[in-house]
This record gives sequence, C-alpha cells and structure tokens, in this order.
Amino acid sequence: MLKDVTLGQFFPGNTVVHKLDPRTKLLMVILYIAALFTAKAFVSYGLVFLFLAVSVFLSKIRVSALFKGLKPLMIIIILTAFINLFYSKGEPLVQFWIITITKEGLYNAFFMVARIVMLIAGTFLLTYTTSPIALTDGLELLMNPLKKIKVPVHELSMMMCIALRFIPTLIEETDKIMSAQKARGADFESGNLLQRAKALLPILVPLFISSFSRADDLATAMECRCYQGGIGRTRMKQLTMAGRDWVTLSIGLLLLAAVIVLRVFAL
Amino acid sequence: MAPIIETRQLCHVYGAGTPFEHIALDHVDFRVERGEFLGIIGHTGSGKSTLIQHLNGLLKPTSGQILIDGEDLHQSKEFLRKTRFRVGLVFQYPEYQLFEETVYKDIAFGPRNMGLSDREIDRRVREAAGFVGIPEDALQKSPFDLSGGQKRRVAIAGVIAMEPEVLILDEPTAGLDPRGSAEILQNIEDFRKAHNAAIVMVSHSMEDVARLTDRIVVMNDCHAAMEGTASEIFAHADQLISMGLDVPQITRLFLRLRELGMDVDPSVYTVEQAMRQLLPGREGVC
Repeated sequence: MLKDVTLGQFFPGNTVVHKLDPRTKLLMVILYIAALFTAKAFVSYGLVFLFLAVSVFLSKIRVSALFKGLKPLMIIIILTAFINLFYSKGEPLVQFWIITITKEGLYNAFFMVARIVMLIAGTFLLTYTTSPIALTDGLELLMNPLKKIKVPVHELSMMMCIALRFIPTLIEETDKIMSAQKARGADFESGNLLQRAKALLPILVPLFISSFSRADDLATAMECRCYQGGIGRTRMKQLTMAGRDWVTLSIGLLLLAAVIVLRVFAL
Repeated sequence: MAPIIETRQLCHVYGAGTPFEHIALDHVDFRVERGEFLGIIGHTGSGKSTLIQHLNGLLKPTSGQILIDGEDLHQSKEFLRKTRFRVGLVFQYPEYQLFEETVYKDIAFGPRNMGLSDREIDRRVREAAGFVGIPEDALQKSPFDLSGGQKRRVAIAGVIAMEPEVLILDEPTAGLDPRGSAEILQNIEDFRKAHNAAIVMVSHSMEDVARLTDRIVVMNDCHAAMEGTASEIFAHADQLISMGLDVPQITRLFLRLRELGMDVDPSVYTVEQAMRQLLPGREGVC
C-alpha cells in the first residue's frame, strides 16, 4: 500500500526529456502551468494538451504511471466535477427534481477536471524524469538572484534535497515497522476511526524516534565533512544549457504566447 | 504428521509490472519440522528475508503455496491472523519497533492483540522477560532508557510472549558484542526446550549455525540451493565459497591440514569435534 506513493519518485531514463537541463524543465513547468490557467476554450486546452502529450511520448514514461499519481486525488477531482456541474448558472440542459444541469456547468466541470488532471500530470512528469538532486540543483541556480535580498537559497535547496532524499527511506522504514507490528498481531485494517488512529501509534512512535536519530547522525556526518553552508562550495557536475534547452524554452514561450493570443481574441 | 510449515513452489516477484521488477524467490520448496532448530544461510540478497516474511503471511506469494500444519495459510483472513501468533517473527534490529511507555507494556503488546486475559498476559510477560534475562525491576522502565542489547532482548521477549509454535529470527545477534550474542542464542535455545517450539534462524555466523542447528537450508540466487545437517552442508566447502558464503574457521583449518597431507576428516565444524578427532579420549581437556 505504501509502495503506491509516487511523490518524488524518479524513473531513470535516457530520453530527450531526461537529458534536458533541470532549469529548463522547471521553467517549462512554470510556462506550462501559466498556459494551462490562461486557457479558456477548447482550442487553447487542445494546444496545452498536445504539448503535454508530446512531452509524455518523448519521455517514454508510461501513461499508467502518470495515472497512478492521480489516484490519491480522485476524490478532489470528482468533487470538483460535481460542484461545477450542479452549481453553475446558465442555460439548463437537463432538469429533474432539484437538480439542474446547465450547459455552462457541463463546460466548467469538463475544463476544471481537465485543468487539474493536466496540472498534476505535468508536474509528475517533471519529478518522474528529473532526479531529486538535479531538481534541487536547478532550483538553487534559478533562485540564485534571490540571494541578493538575503534569502538563504542554498540552505533551502539543501533542506529540500535532504527531504526528497529521505522520502523513500522513510517509506521503507514505515513498511518495516508496520510488518514488525503486524507480526505481533497489530491490526490496521479494522475497527472504527478512533481505533484505527490508535493503531497507528505503534508505527508513529518508532518512526519519529528513528527519524530524530537519523537526523542527528546526518548532522554529525555533515559536520565531520566540514559542511558549513553554501559559501565557497563548488559543484562536481556543472549544469550547462545546451541547444535543446533553448529550443525547448522557445517552444514553451510560444505555447504561452499562443494561449494568451487565443484568449485575447476569445477564440 | 505434516511439517508445521511447508512451502510449495513458492515464488515472489517484487514490483511486478514496474521498471523496478525483480524476482526474489523462484520456486522454493521449504519446510520446518516441529521442534527443530533450522538455520538459514545465504549471502545478502539471496531471498532469505523474503522467504521468512512469507512464513507468517506478511508477504503474499506471487505464486505457489504455504501450508501451516497442512492447511493453506491464505485460505481466510482469520486463519492468517491466527497464524501470526503461531509463527512468531523477529525482524532484523527488532529494537526499532519498540514504542510503549514501559518494557512491560511493550512485551504485552502481542499477547494483548491475541485477546488473552490480564492474568494470562501478566504470566506470559514475566515468563518471556525471564527467558531473555530482563530483570523484574526493569519491566516498569521506559524501553528507550535501556542499552542496545537490552532493547533487543525486550523486542525478542515481545514475540516470545505470544508463545509461538515456530519462532523465526532474522539475524538476532547482528551488531551485538560476543557475550551479548552468546546469551541471546542461549535464551532462544532455552525457549525452544521449554515450549518444544521450532526455531528458524537466519544468520551470517557459520559458527553459530553449525553449533546450534539441527538442519541448515542454504539460499542462493532466489533458490533453496542446499539442505542438510551441518556436517553435510559444510562438507561442500567449495560450493559454499562459490555462493559467497564460508565454512566455520575450524573446518577451514581441517581442509588446509588435509591439503598439506594430514590424514584428517574435514567434516568438523566445532572445536569439540576437532578435539575428538585429533586427541581421541581427551575431550574434557578444554
């Protein structure tokens, strides 16, 4: 069950999408999200979708893997669809009892769902094709100008890097503790809400204790190697923007421009 | 009589259908007899841990069967749950699973889940603590105030208190000093004698396995590669070494002696046996 957690997961690969500079990919996600939220009609949604579909195809990430990431958000998606469907004013299409479905409602529901699904799929594509280290490196470099106004950019990206790094470790640890408690007859699957919450204690207590001691060990290990923050630190792998990065960014800018134009001219 | 645990053509594949798919067990036939002390050896990643997690139903086989006392383990949820108490499993580094305020409560966690009466729980907690040498006055301490070795004992007591018919231990002595590990192994042997329980021990110490077990199963490359008594297994030193394993040091010494032309039988694996062979009639000397 915990194996289904896809947050921060990375599928190694050797495709164009994998090889792009993480900065490019981060900027592309921003451009993509901007375009997605500017889009208002079928044509512009179609364009954004086309962009997503081509990226997914190039990355060779399986569509089923993207949908797996959507699963935990199914309730939110369905709820959004329902609210938009029933609570939009406009020209009624179907009417029975107290329920009215309007044409606008139908449109709104469809677009909202499309927007959420595409938003999540796009961001998952980023984490699926970029290793956590590359991602935080990219973020740090992108945020570098903020150092001028005393934002601790390096520390922030280091924290993020560590957090991402430990997600799989924590999942593994949770799995292990769960198995150990199950072996002693712990039952996580039956009982009412209160009983189930109580049943989590035998997992949470050991998990917290081991996380604290792990954090302590990590801090000691970092100090042993004279870690002292970002000042004077150099990188083993320097990020460089290649031709494909500029091409990709141009495509992203074009996509956003096209969607804005379409919106202005209300197509 | 059917063996207490038997696996038939057991297969397990991790992450089936993802890019991380890999086979952990490949058609393993394995059995545990009542009351025996069974050793499992094998290098890291040979499938030992996966195998033992199947024996109390924590992992579900991809294909194949597990029989408990001749009955299918996965026949029903109730049977599975009951089996968890009959087949006790102590994980590697079990001290990381402690969570209660006091040692007493932590040991009582298993028996309480069994739905026993308070009196029975009390008896079992005290008896289990006795087996692993936790003194009476330590029972009301917080388990987090204990030393590493003591924590390990408490964790093992937590499983022993369920009085399982089979006690499975995954490297129970990993990371302990020689004295602590010898004591824990003795505690396990005491429990076996008192309850006539079967013990399954995964270990990397060939000496411990040779000294304690009635039978050994060698795991290699997701298969149960060899099976037999200590003398049968350690007679195949070359094969073991090719699997990334080893033989007890004394056996290695005897193999070398024979290589050098001495007329000795290299199927020895304890110092006592070596004494008997080299100095017959003087076993009591050391």
